[in-house]
Amino acid sequence: MKTKRAMILVSNDPESIRLGANKLIYSLNKALAAYNLQDEVDVSTITDVNRSNVLPLVIVYPEAVVYGPVKPEDAHLLIEEHLYKGRIAANLLAPPKQLTGLIGSLRTHRGYNPAEQRIVLERAGRIDPENIEECIAANGYEALGKALTAMTPESVIDIIEKSGLQGRGGAGFPTGRKWRFVRAAPGEKKYIVCNADESEPGTFKDRIVLEGDPHVILEAMAIAAYAVGADEGYIYIRGEYGLAFRRIEKAILQAEEFGFLGKNIFGTDFNFKIHVHAGAGAYVCGEETALLESLEGKRGEPRARPPYPVTHGLWNKPTVVNNVETLANIPAILRNGAEWYRSFGTPSSPGTKVYTIMGNVNFSGVIEVPMGITLREVINIYARGMKPGSTLKLAQTGGSSGSIIPAVLQDTPMDFESFRKAGVSLGSGALLICDQHTCIVDLAKVLLQFFRFESCGKCTPCRVGTSRAFEIIERISQGKGRLEDLDALPNIAGEMERASNCGLGQTASVPIRDMLKHFRTEVEAHIRLGSCPTGVCQFMEEPENSQKISNF
Amino acid sequence: MIAPPVENEVVAVVQAAIDKHGKKRDALIPILSEVNKKLGYIPGEAFRAIQQMLHNPAEQVRISEGQLYGLASFYDMLSTKPRGKHVIKFCENAPCHVVGGKAVWDALREKLNLNNGGTTLDSKWTLVTTSCIGLCSVGPVLLIDDDMYGNVTPEQISDILKHYE
Repeated sequence: MKTKRAMILVSNDPESIRLGANKLIYSLNKALAAYNLQDEVDVSTITDVNRSNVLPLVIVYPEAVVYGPVKPEDAHLLIEEHLYKGRIAANLLAPPKQLTGLIGSLRTHRGYNPAEQRIVLERAGRIDPENIEECIAANGYEALGKALTAMTPESVIDIIEKSGLQGRGGAGFPTGRKWRFVRAAPGEKKYIVCNADESEPGTFKDRIVLEGDPHVILEAMAIAAYAVGADEGYIYIRGEYGLAFRRIEKAILQAEEFGFLGKNIFGTDFNFKIHVHAGAGAYVCGEETALLESLEGKRGEPRARPPYPVTHGLWNKPTVVNNVETLANIPAILRNGAEWYRSFGTPSSPGTKVYTIMGNVNFSGVIEVPMGITLREVINIYARGMKPGSTLKLAQTGGSSGSIIPAVLQDTPMDFESFRKAGVSLGSGALLICDQHTCIVDLAKVLLQFFRFESCGKCTPCRVGTSRAFEIIERISQGKGRLEDLDALPNIAGEMERASNCGLGQTASVPIRDMLKHFRTEVEAHIRLGSCPTGVCQFMEEPENSQKISNF
Repeated sequence: MIAPPVENEVVAVVQAAIDKHGKKRDALIPILSEVNKKLGYIPGEAFRAIQQMLHNPAEQVRISEGQLYGLASFYDMLSTKPRGKHVIKFCENAPCHVVGGKAVWDALREKLNLNNGGTTLDSKWTLVTTSCIGLCSVGPVLLIDDDMYGNVTPEQISDILKHYE
């Protein structure tokens, strides 16, 4: 079988056919023949493209460039430009989808930079993080004072619940409900734990908060403690974040000096003490029960659940475990109210989200925008487009345990509900944008290598599953894949999902599933044709007696 | 018999770490981190010393040497083996990988003639890979001791290593 170098997909839903899709396919084939490309390029059809205003639609792979509407008389130009000369036919490109309206109304307040809505990062970068007075001048600790002097613990929880704030660590659990569980849990002693063990690859949003505005975390933890009835809190910072650790340590001293932490805060009988604890390098400690084990001075192996930390957490006491970004929302919600918070984002996912953007784009860094904007908007507006010569092939959301999103899904709104419906995960908010030079097998190999390395080894499905899956994908990347691997991989993925003890093993299957779901042809090319379509994987001929040598 | 001076030094370091972090069970990881930082790794004598100083059933603190070794081997930043004078940590995760990380890694290995986890014969360099260190906007990233280097290219490797002559 001959390898095709490109694939053209033409929409052939009834509306496209009415607008001349069949004639277009005929013209495309004719134009291919005119350039003698008919053996190198395939033309096929696709339905349900969800872009009714630009039909008939043409998508050219492997670059996933979307053209539309394309008329039959445009076929010749498209083939000549894109497939013969190898450049994008710019005047035929489909217009990007309209702005969602969520970012259409945002203010631009940072020179020429695109507009953002900063709640979590409101002070980060604007104040001296080591000076509590600058923080106070910018509304710092105002919300804590309001809560302690003018509100009951129940009314604090009510506001957080009404605001619809969901956990920003990746799972999206409603924060208000979590607090209510802990408040209702029996027992005198309760804890607040801030999960600052940010180790999801590609995620550094929490580092920006910890380094840029440490007091917002202290204030939010004190509010949480007041709401649930705790008097002690821990911040677990990953060991690699030295600067964040020193700034939090300093901030705690300053807050104690100013009477925002310690005994009789704001002249009330509320006491709260915060300890800070440095991790020692283990990805799995970002899982909340593993983090609690590590805080207790043990190996960070996740506990069996239930019971959940809300009833049996640190030292078996009821414990709130909240992510840094989640906590950083709390003071602003108390200051401005739940209605204000709900004015950002979507009804099912209110508020903003901090994203970290990186990869083959012109701008890498942190942005904070309302929930629900699309990936296309992030790339075109905030990342200032792909690098010259790059076209979007896929994006990886939410670090290693997030989803691999092919270019065709880039118009899905990024909020918890829409992503759930599309079967992808928002995760921690990392957006790794990859261009056409990225090989899906190579990427999956890197991701599985990560999981294999970071699996804590406590439960068998994860320990063995990540290793086996890595070996198989590595084999495919070396040109030694077998067709039965395509069945073995989903089997391993299924076992890991069903039987793993914690989120690490359960989500290690995601890259495998997404690879086979969206890029199966590319994987098959490695196995069937013995070639890597992007040229990333290097296939080495093995000497015949290599097996013998290694056994010896 | 007088204990060899090396052991004395280890005990002193352990003692200082315990004085700083306390004698509770939840101080174990900070104590091990401190010892690792001072000595470059955690030798067997250190486990023995920590066990002897902290194990106190009367106070409900029960610790064995095996547990301590289990802790040290679990966490990536703790080492139970001696390492070189400078430790190079190279991020091998996807964000650094897609912006040219592999070429940098190959250049590093070639320059030092080391594989992952190896130490040079003169004990100057140890080369290890690490998981994401949160500097993804400037990948590929590497860490030498506590110094961070971003946007690294294969050509820069020699220049970067020269700083540590």
